[in-house]
Amino acid sequence: MGSSTVIVVGAGQAGCQVASSLREEGFTGRIVLVGAEAHLPYQRPPLSKGHLTGKTSRDALWLRPESWFGEQGIEVRTSTRAKHLDTDGRRVLLQDGEALEYDDLVLATGARNRLLRLEGAGLEGVLSLRTLDEADEVKVRLEQAARVVVVGGGFIGMEVAATAVQLGKNATVVEVADQLMGRVLSSHTAAFLLQAHRARGLDVELTTTVSRIVGVAGRVAAVDTTDGRRLPADLVLVGVGASPNVELAEQAGLEVDNGIVVDELLRTSAPHVYAVGDCVCAPNPFAGGTRVRLESVQNATAQGRRLAATLTGRPEPFSSVPWFWSDQADIKLQIAGLTTGHTEVAVRGDVSSERFSVYCFSQGRLLGVESVNRPADHMAARRLLSGSTSLSPQDVRRDDFDIKRASTAGSTPAAP
Amino acid sequence: MPKVTFLRPNGDDIAVDVGDGTSIMQAAVAHGVTEIVAECGGTLACATCHVYVAEEHLDHLPPISNDEQEMLDFTAAPRETGSRLSCQLPLGPELDGIVVRCPETQY
Repeated sequence: MGSSTVIVVGAGQAGCQVASSLREEGFTGRIVLVGAEAHLPYQRPPLSKGHLTGKTSRDALWLRPESWFGEQGIEVRTSTRAKHLDTDGRRVLLQDGEALEYDDLVLATGARNRLLRLEGAGLEGVLSLRTLDEADEVKVRLEQAARVVVVGGGFIGMEVAATAVQLGKNATVVEVADQLMGRVLSSHTAAFLLQAHRARGLDVELTTTVSRIVGVAGRVAAVDTTDGRRLPADLVLVGVGASPNVELAEQAGLEVDNGIVVDELLRTSAPHVYAVGDCVCAPNPFAGGTRVRLESVQNATAQGRRLAATLTGRPEPFSSVPWFWSDQADIKLQIAGLTTGHTEVAVRGDVSSERFSVYCFSQGRLLGVESVNRPADHMAARRLLSGSTSLSPQDVRRDDFDIKRASTAGSTPAAP
Repeated sequence: MPKVTFLRPNGDDIAVDVGDGTSIMQAAVAHGVTEIVAECGGTLACATCHVYVAEEHLDHLPPISNDEQEMLDFTAAPRETGSRLSCQLPLGPELDGIVVRCPETQY
């Protein structure tokens, strides 16, 4: 192990976790972390909330101090893209011309924001938010803006919109679907979010499509909708989802299908090439074993840790309860499990006091739990989902139901 | 500047000086104390910044909020008397010299 080399392409949360966990697992070989951005690995979640308000200082964004990489013997190449992968020769060619030979290669290339292909999308003041540099620009522009239009009511869009309202801006979310966060949230929780944000002063336009962005002298001035309205704006934030970065994988002939396809050990279709994080489409026991691509901190770190263990001689299938969180103003939304495709919900707690959980079932089986300002429910749900649970909607609706007790009671969670 | 000492399972203890208002979690992350995972970055969403605070400092800590109280029941390592989530512990003059022990595991 001491003489082998692991190259990690991508220095986001997943890539950094692989490098860090390899050392924790006792790997003594060479580790090179190659990142396209100019920065050392940092946390992305605060960029769309605390970073914009100033509550999260820049210093608090770094995942590790700079000195740590040297101490750990992890070589970091910032501002460096990997441009060619030769899986036969086990070499990756960097943009600066250097060729790195590897024993094992990890692709942690992440995702990139989808662009709005519309007239006016290139105007000054039309922004996207994924990287720290982009977030810095959003922060500066947001301070100066009076009217903000957010295109897309997903995680990033809602967090930025809620932050804009907190900063006293006039903000509007334009969402094409008939509910907020439709890709991940039950209609029940989405309906709550809608009224909660409106009550806090955010305008939300559902089932509304942007037709073009209007500028004056090259600067954004308004957003036109297909139903003929014009929403004035001096800042437009586009949050319409992300696509996996698969160019390197495709060039090398790896199997790609909504991300880099891996097996349960996070192996790609090429020998000695693995992949983790947002760029990966992996079989997931919490999706009935089907392949899913998840964009989350939990997925990035859990896959990173798991892969490091596999690479150091402890191969086990990846199986970690998916969880997500989103802080929108004073609303803490947490999701445990994958609730897509649920057919029945059971609600516990008080929706009017903004503290409740929505249990999502399919054919009587618990898929996941959405919690609003109920972090303990969320933690218990994660514990519950990590074991075998026979919890039914009827169990949840019982007066004496207690998820914490259920989560520690094994397979008969509703027993008194 | 307040000083905080981290006692680590591997015996590689470390004492660091940090600015007023910095949380013990932030102090750990900023100094590469990776036993403090802090997966959610300090938003009380993950319980992976669990520490055991030495008894003599317990009286000087800010009170435990309801949410932290509940989250502490879900730490990976056992909850003990001095268990706290370090993201909820901003350092100030009254906590100067505080000693915290890192648990064996956070997940």
